[in-house]
Amino acid sequence: MKTIKSLMAASVVAAICLSGTAFANTLEEVKAKGYVNSGVSGKVAGFSAPDAKGHWTGLDVDFTRAVASAIFDDPNKARFTPVAFKEAFTALQSGEIDMLTRNTTWTFQRDAKLGLEFVGTIFYDGQGFMVRKDLGVKSALELDGASVCTQAGTTTELNLSDYFRSKGMTYKPVVYESADEATVIYESGRCDVYTTDTSGLAARRTTLKATEDHMILPEVISKEPLGPAVRQGDQQWSDIVRWTLFALINAEELGITSENVDEMLKSSNPAVKRLLGVDVDFGQHLGLTSDWAYRIIKHMGNYGEMYERNVGVNTVLGLERGVNALWTEGGLIYAPPVR
Amino acid sequence: MYEQKSTLLNDARVRGWIAQALVLIILLGLSCYGIYNVGQNLQKSGITTGFGFLSEPSGFDISQTLIPYSSKSSYLDALKVGVLNTLLVSVFGIIASTMLGFFLGVIRLSPNWLVAKMAGAYTEMIRNVPLLLQILFWYLAILAPLPGPKAALNFQDVIFLCNRGMQIPKPIWGPGCEVVLASLIVAVLVSIGLIIWAGKRQRMTGKRFPAFWVSLILVVSVPFTVLAVTGFPVGWDVPALRGFNFRGGVTILPELIALWLSLTLYSATFIGEYVRAGIMAVDKGQREAAQALGYRPWLMYRMVIIPQAMRVVTPPLIGQHLTLIKNSSLAVVIGYPDLVHVFAGTALNQSGQAVEIICITIAVYLTISLVISAFMNWYNNKYALRGL
Repeated sequence: MKTIKSLMAASVVAAICLSGTAFANTLEEVKAKGYVNSGVSGKVAGFSAPDAKGHWTGLDVDFTRAVASAIFDDPNKARFTPVAFKEAFTALQSGEIDMLTRNTTWTFQRDAKLGLEFVGTIFYDGQGFMVRKDLGVKSALELDGASVCTQAGTTTELNLSDYFRSKGMTYKPVVYESADEATVIYESGRCDVYTTDTSGLAARRTTLKATEDHMILPEVISKEPLGPAVRQGDQQWSDIVRWTLFALINAEELGITSENVDEMLKSSNPAVKRLLGVDVDFGQHLGLTSDWAYRIIKHMGNYGEMYERNVGVNTVLGLERGVNALWTEGGLIYAPPVR
Repeated sequence: MYEQKSTLLNDARVRGWIAQALVLIILLGLSCYGIYNVGQNLQKSGITTGFGFLSEPSGFDISQTLIPYSSKSSYLDALKVGVLNTLLVSVFGIIASTMLGFFLGVIRLSPNWLVAKMAGAYTEMIRNVPLLLQILFWYLAILAPLPGPKAALNFQDVIFLCNRGMQIPKPIWGPGCEVVLASLIVAVLVSIGLIIWAGKRQRMTGKRFPAFWVSLILVVSVPFTVLAVTGFPVGWDVPALRGFNFRGGVTILPELIALWLSLTLYSATFIGEYVRAGIMAVDKGQREAAQALGYRPWLMYRMVIIPQAMRVVTPPLIGQHLTLIKNSSLAVVIGYPDLVHVFAGTALNQSGQAVEIICITIAVYLTISLVISAFMNWYNNKYALRGL
């Protein structure tokens, strides 16, 4: 009886805690707090990871700073909460974080069923496999019967099952709570294969003791559009996050960089003038100032700059633009026009 | 002299009832409000609710399943797999830790100085290190020295040990095996009858009958004889290395071994201390009387000391068994597919039904705990007060 009573008490407390959050106006809340709080993975080099001095870097991190720049004109008014995959959606739903930039794949169920809203794609990825070179495997089609290490609760886990079944192959799943553990245990030899998105594989490979002993197989078995997500039901907030992404992409397309943005204010190109808010005030429709896009580009640069700074060929990940090039260059990166 | 006025309001019993009723109403009201509020919030944030997802296909695979399961199976099947895996490691853990615990408790009181001190040192060392660390230690300690599958330790080409786990043959029951099973059941029933009869006869006449040994021989020899007579209707699926891994047979996961080992070693130290306390609580006179009657130490413990010590041991033992079951949820750190890992982890994230899944998980643990607690309390009530 005592157990039942304490359980009841606990559920009531939990319920009251849940009721404390009202998600009406995220922008007002963010302004009142004085910072944007974004949920990040916190451990994927190139996307979000703190360096030795505790300074956050990465594509996901820079995107949050871009949102902070649009609101506060100060990229440092961004805070990062590392969230495990398992609790990421709950953290967003319950209002613990304002947005989620956590290499999260945009899927139907997450968008339609979980009360989330994906605002766009910041990085097009796909799932791949990493193996030890001495396994002698050259293709994922030779992996029949392999033990595969992966992370629990991800789309990776589902794609893995679909892929092996569709190819008529078997595998033994070894599933861990965190990607850190999955990598450590893969390295110990418990699994033949480690699988996650190819960008993640590239990042993880750099952290292994003998990087050269491991290789990424050529097959990419899924499409993984990774993008920022916000809570459903606050249209203004989702517009701000969505158009921050589109402003970054449009800026690259229009040739506006952090360096030439001041000169560009004098540009005669009407599209540039609209984006930078020279004659018009598009910012008011987002609840922001007219120079919202100028602030973003001034502080963080355009999409291409952010890409090269964090994951591009001159970084440890060394990823080519590939499908993540602008549509004008044969890639998939495309943003609706500002007009 | 004045008369005690007895009204409803100053009657302590009535006031007690009213107070309790008020508390109950407030609690019920709060919980109704809580449930309503959760529902409202979920709906407001556009999250689909309800238990319909349980029949949807799960889409993920699980490394150890005691029942047929694939990614086409439903979330309900995933729940069953998780519960069975939790029960598997818990049952083996409870059996092993209780045996080891009794052994530790007894030898810690041994007159042999070295043996007693060693048991003491083991107890203090193990119970003062967090269980989480021990699980990780055993997992990595088991994985590190074991070779990969191609260099697996080979025991007569039947059992293999490598960092993918222990591979043992799996029996395949052919036609006629039902008779073997039936003979086993008959042998067990006969043995139980025999033990009851022997006990009764000893109480009535004082004559002893070696019921235990006769039963043991019965239970072992009868099914074997039947097996031989029916021409061994059982084949073995022997594991063999094919490709990267072993195929066939049964794989005992290193995660299971590590979790079972750490739960057993950890819980045994606590059980050992309860047993020691129980033995020390038995009056010295009982021991002296048993010795005076010429009981050998083993018989003295079995017939005189342990039965009386059980009265002290049982209540904390219940708690320790419940703790072991709940501690098995730490499986999540080494990827053993228990209830929390499979259902409150993977299934929760794939379906997004956080509230429902957490409620189901709590309900499952509560049910398991209450059932065990009820059984152990029954045992406690039956034996605790005897002779008083």
